[in-house]
Amino acid sequence: MSNENKDQFRPENHENDHFLLTTVVGSYPKPKWLNRAKELHQDPDHSFDDDDYQEALDDASRLITNEHERAGLDVVVDGEMRRNEMVEFFAHRIEGYEFNGPVKVWGHNYFDKPSVVSEVEYTDSWLVDEYEFVAEASDRPVKVPITGPYTLANWSFNEAYDDDDELTLALADLVNEEIEKLVDAGARYIQIDEPALATTPDDHAIVGEALEHIVADIPEEVRIGLHVCYGDYSRIYPEILEFPVDEFDLELANGDYDQLDVFKDPDFTKDLALGVTDVHVGEVESVEQIEENIKKGLEVVPPEQLVVSPDCGVKLLPREVAYGKMANMVEAARNVEAALDAGEIDVERGEPAPADD
Amino acid sequence: MENIKPRHSLAASTMTEYVSTTPGLFPLPDWAKDDLSDLKGHQKGDLVSGDEGEEITAAYDEARAEVIEVQQEAGLDRVSEGQLRWDDMLAHPLAVHDAVDTQGIVRYYDNNNFYRDPVVQGDLDFSGDVANELEAAAELSGDDDLQAVLPGPYSLADLATDEHYGDDEEFLAAVGEFLAGEVDAFPDHETLFLLEPSLVENAPEDGVDERASEAIDAVASATDADVVVQPYWGALEEKVYAHLLDADIDAVGFDFVTDQDDNVYNLQEYGATDQLSLGLADGQNTLVEDAEAIRDRVDWVYDQVPVSEFETVYLTTNTETFYLPYAKFQEKLAVLAEAADLAEVKAA
Repeated sequence: MSNENKDQFRPENHENDHFLLTTVVGSYPKPKWLNRAKELHQDPDHSFDDDDYQEALDDASRLITNEHERAGLDVVVDGEMRRNEMVEFFAHRIEGYEFNGPVKVWGHNYFDKPSVVSEVEYTDSWLVDEYEFVAEASDRPVKVPITGPYTLANWSFNEAYDDDDELTLALADLVNEEIEKLVDAGARYIQIDEPALATTPDDHAIVGEALEHIVADIPEEVRIGLHVCYGDYSRIYPEILEFPVDEFDLELANGDYDQLDVFKDPDFTKDLALGVTDVHVGEVESVEQIEENIKKGLEVVPPEQLVVSPDCGVKLLPREVAYGKMANMVEAARNVEAALDAGEIDVERGEPAPADD
Repeated sequence: MENIKPRHSLAASTMTEYVSTTPGLFPLPDWAKDDLSDLKGHQKGDLVSGDEGEEITAAYDEARAEVIEVQQEAGLDRVSEGQLRWDDMLAHPLAVHDAVDTQGIVRYYDNNNFYRDPVVQGDLDFSGDVANELEAAAELSGDDDLQAVLPGPYSLADLATDEHYGDDEEFLAAVGEFLAGEVDAFPDHETLFLLEPSLVENAPEDGVDERASEAIDAVASATDADVVVQPYWGALEEKVYAHLLDADIDAVGFDFVTDQDDNVYNLQEYGATDQLSLGLADGQNTLVEDAEAIRDRVDWVYDQVPVSEFETVYLTTNTETFYLPYAKFQEKLAVLAEAADLAEVKAA
């Protein structure tokens, strides 16, 4: 069985017959000097100007793209070096949004939750420059993560639309417009991030409807993934199999795969990008441990449908830990591929484990 | 509904008093967000403990003085302490309790907000944490009427994990007694708001609804002040509402921002207390309502209910206001104060 959509990202000189595509969710720790550069840039008394800061962002983007290459990832991202936060970044680029100051998330962690004060409109592209820069900086395929319309709507104050569903669909049309531009620029791998779905799983229908808007007129060969994290997956599965996407990127390592059985019945008909390292644990998992985690994915899908990635964005980890997790993850994936080639892996698929009691 | 008598209020023809207020739990002023995150840090272990040092206490004192002044300048009829220290939102009174261990970060209802899971591991004896805050507020509020704010016992028990009492019924009663003890230590206050979102979000089942009302009754009995029980994020199930009316409280709150029909139904079917609290401004949206629009909503509520007059009507946001950016929070307070003035004028 082959998987054309996934195999377009297979490196020419790939060492094994089997191919478990390795990639990341998106964010990566920013180098400390980039944060320092940002402070200097924001300091009106300092001569560090717009050009200087742009240069620093370019350098950071190249550096982290290269760090992903060194880790051996098949599909790379620049670690979202130019983005501050997953809603704010886009809200600043969408007409109709306004910022009124920080609001609490928990403790003393705040975010500039924006308000939609008028009809949302697409003006300039959001990510084409970022994509073109990374594609230029790397020989490897590049994935573009985009915050999904449901999350953009849900994590904003809605002053302008009758309800959040209406706002979600309006934003979905803008995301569609942006993806068209990215595809024109050469992008072939898009990941829609919808973390808000985990907080309100009953809303999966509107997320599905938004995805229909998002993929309208996007060519078949463009790979569309959906990233969801921290949730009760039984409340969205199997409904999400109807979504018009190629891949689901799911956080499962953090819960030690306690929700894995959810995806065994009915059959998982899409590609599974399985979280195989926990981004909330500050230690680098061993290659052997990650190999075991990858094999969990084989209980759900055959190797052709399996993609290997961390649970979530790794930006909150120390940089060396983030790198260690990437490198071990790639090594583990290659080991599992070799073992599959050699017929050494025998995983029973699709059989939910018997209940403990 | 069998066995539950409607309690229609046939208020005398005295004029209704309109009281502008809030359910408390304000956002920190932006400078305090910065200063306190520098002083305390961003991690789970950095959240408020109940025995903060001098610098942190000073920052909170200054912020408290500021939000009290903001309420006074807005012209609110009740001044709240602001609950700025409540890092764990409504779970705060337990989160700082000696017999409680704060564990993992958990979601705060259906919001993108989180608090530390307070795990109760010993007897919930007297704490005094909230009373201390109120003492500080009382010194600042001058001649203005002070309003105390607490989680209702049902919500507080719902937000916590019990590893000590071992029985839901006993735990709920213990939380009620604990809160009553806290209220008993409060300085003079005109009004006590008990916030009970869990009565909507995780509605008590048969039997538990009655015990929830008993626990509320225990807390309410600890004060001479008017007691307002404010559920939100929807309307109460009718049986829960009917039982709540049996508690010795002065007002039930209605979240008319989230739900109109079911709240009106409850009022029509079961009547109301002599006082009423109307959540008419959205505590979770930056869109600032017009004072006239809020006044009109008061009229609308009157048109729906069989009772023509209430002794006191509180005009508030439906929820806590910490969800809002600080400047929008200030605007909402001003609108509520103005709406209450308009309603008084109209009534006169």
